[in-house]
Amino acid sequence: MLPLKHLSLEGIGVTFQTKAGAFTALRDVNLTIDQGQFVAIIGHSGCGKSTLLNIVAGLVESTVGATLLDGKVVDAPGAERAVIFQDHSLLPWLTVYDNVKLAVDKVFAKTKTKAERHAWTLHNLELVHMSHALDKRPSEISGGMKQRVGIARALAMQPRVLLMDEPFGALDALTRATLQETVMEIHATLKNTVIMITHDVDEAVLLSDRIIMMTNGPAATIGEDLAITLPRPRKRLELAHDPAYMTARADVLRFLYDRFRHPEDQAA
Amino acid sequence: MNKLAVDPVGSVEIDVPAQSTPAPVVVPAAPVGAPPKSLVSSLKLIAGHARVMMDNTLPTVVMLALLLGIWQIACSQPGASLPPPLKVFADTQDLIFHPFFEGNGTDKGLGWQLIASLKRVAIGFSLATVVGVALGVLIGQSKFAYRALDPIFQVLRMVPPLAWLPISLAAFQKADPSAIFVIFITAVWPILLNTVVGVHNIPQNYRNIARVLQLSGPEYFFKIMLPATVPYMFTGLRIGIGMSWIAIIAAETLIGGVGIGFFIWDAWNSSLLSEIIIALVYVGLVGFVLDRLIATAGRMIARSPDTGR
Repeated sequence: MLPLKHLSLEGIGVTFQTKAGAFTALRDVNLTIDQGQFVAIIGHSGCGKSTLLNIVAGLVESTVGATLLDGKVVDAPGAERAVIFQDHSLLPWLTVYDNVKLAVDKVFAKTKTKAERHAWTLHNLELVHMSHALDKRPSEISGGMKQRVGIARALAMQPRVLLMDEPFGALDALTRATLQETVMEIHATLKNTVIMITHDVDEAVLLSDRIIMMTNGPAATIGEDLAITLPRPRKRLELAHDPAYMTARADVLRFLYDRFRHPEDQAA
Repeated sequence: MNKLAVDPVGSVEIDVPAQSTPAPVVVPAAPVGAPPKSLVSSLKLIAGHARVMMDNTLPTVVMLALLLGIWQIACSQPGASLPPPLKVFADTQDLIFHPFFEGNGTDKGLGWQLIASLKRVAIGFSLATVVGVALGVLIGQSKFAYRALDPIFQVLRMVPPLAWLPISLAAFQKADPSAIFVIFITAVWPILLNTVVGVHNIPQNYRNIARVLQLSGPEYFFKIMLPATVPYMFTGLRIGIGMSWIAIIAAETLIGGVGIGFFIWDAWNSSLLSEIIIALVYVGLVGFVLDRLIATAGRMIARSPDTGR
């Protein structure tokens, strides 16, 4: 008998009904992800990356095919597949602490005592180095800090899969780099499965075990599946001149800008 | 009851300093021999505070004096149809200094008249708040309810407040409930429609969070929908309270009894122009205070922490 797959997308296709008729966003997406793997999904905008992530999250239903997590069909959102949104999506009327606590209280309502939930909330905020701002509102902290809290909230749910939708897309390059370090630290400690959508080639190569490259939409699908075997822990500076890193980077760039140039560029 | 009339007037004064944030005062290092630094800085702080208050209120005071002056001059001519401000003050001293005078029938002090009107507004407006928010949430959440009810509401809200009065008199048979119904039907639309807009404007991401966390219906309502919609609700409440105050005055002129609206109408019938003018001043001030009360409540609720630890 085959070993049970951790997360598998089988024959996923998505067709939206629009005013202009049926629009196929994704077709024939087949993907198997192992426990603890860090997978980056990269592609031009409009290639259905977010749709793919939302299917795993259960926020969007696929038209055909099925998603299985540890043998169970995914058909609704759930806390075992926590999502980190690009715009962090913290609730502005709650403090940093309360934003994380809301998730903790919900997910561990029956399994942890009140004191344990408090401790667990603090622990997760510490993990992202945000213990100093527990009582701040989202409007009082920087964009990078907000995203840290968003990460803490997702981690606090103890998800089996962590889904990140361009988590650092809205941040400046320096903040992005520190958050990438934080994510690598956390992944090294918790060894959770991560799917991350990104536009950033360096980010994808630096963080992931595997890069899924999407062809251009409409009817996008997986174009290439590249394994990144660089040893961990990875150091940004050392990698800058590492031949394996540069080869991987060149592979992704070639895919994005040679084989699948952005449709708008081609038209120009 | 007395408190009700005193309270709004009192909070006008409270409201003014609350609006004017003191300008930061930078205190230079105190030279040798100067009074202690803390004293200097606190004196400067008080001075700064007073200056900001002056800056804010002085133009209003000057403008008011100017307008009263123009009015005084314009209406002091022989044959002027309206009394000048000094005459208004002289004529209505009794009304101004004895707001809680009690005579026969509807002959009561301005304080009582205002309280009677405020009571009607309080009941009608509270009902409008409960119904407006509840229906607003329902229509905001349910596409079917929105499609079914929104066009009807859009038509109904265009009916002017006073146009409701005859039909409400016919339905309730009594003056008081009819006036309260007019308040209700006037205030309910802005509250309801703003709540709907608030619910529609809840960002998709908040809904997604609720779905990922698998929040139940009541949890979603209290933890996401209500806090996200509160600013919109308060916009509606503010418009609603202003419209109710406008409507009650108009309705009372028609239904009679004790109330500031009928007081104005009664004064007109007795050709007491000074009384009308002083009543108008009170109506304006009370309306202003009502508006500010709702605005302040909205700000406080928006700022207050929702869940304790």
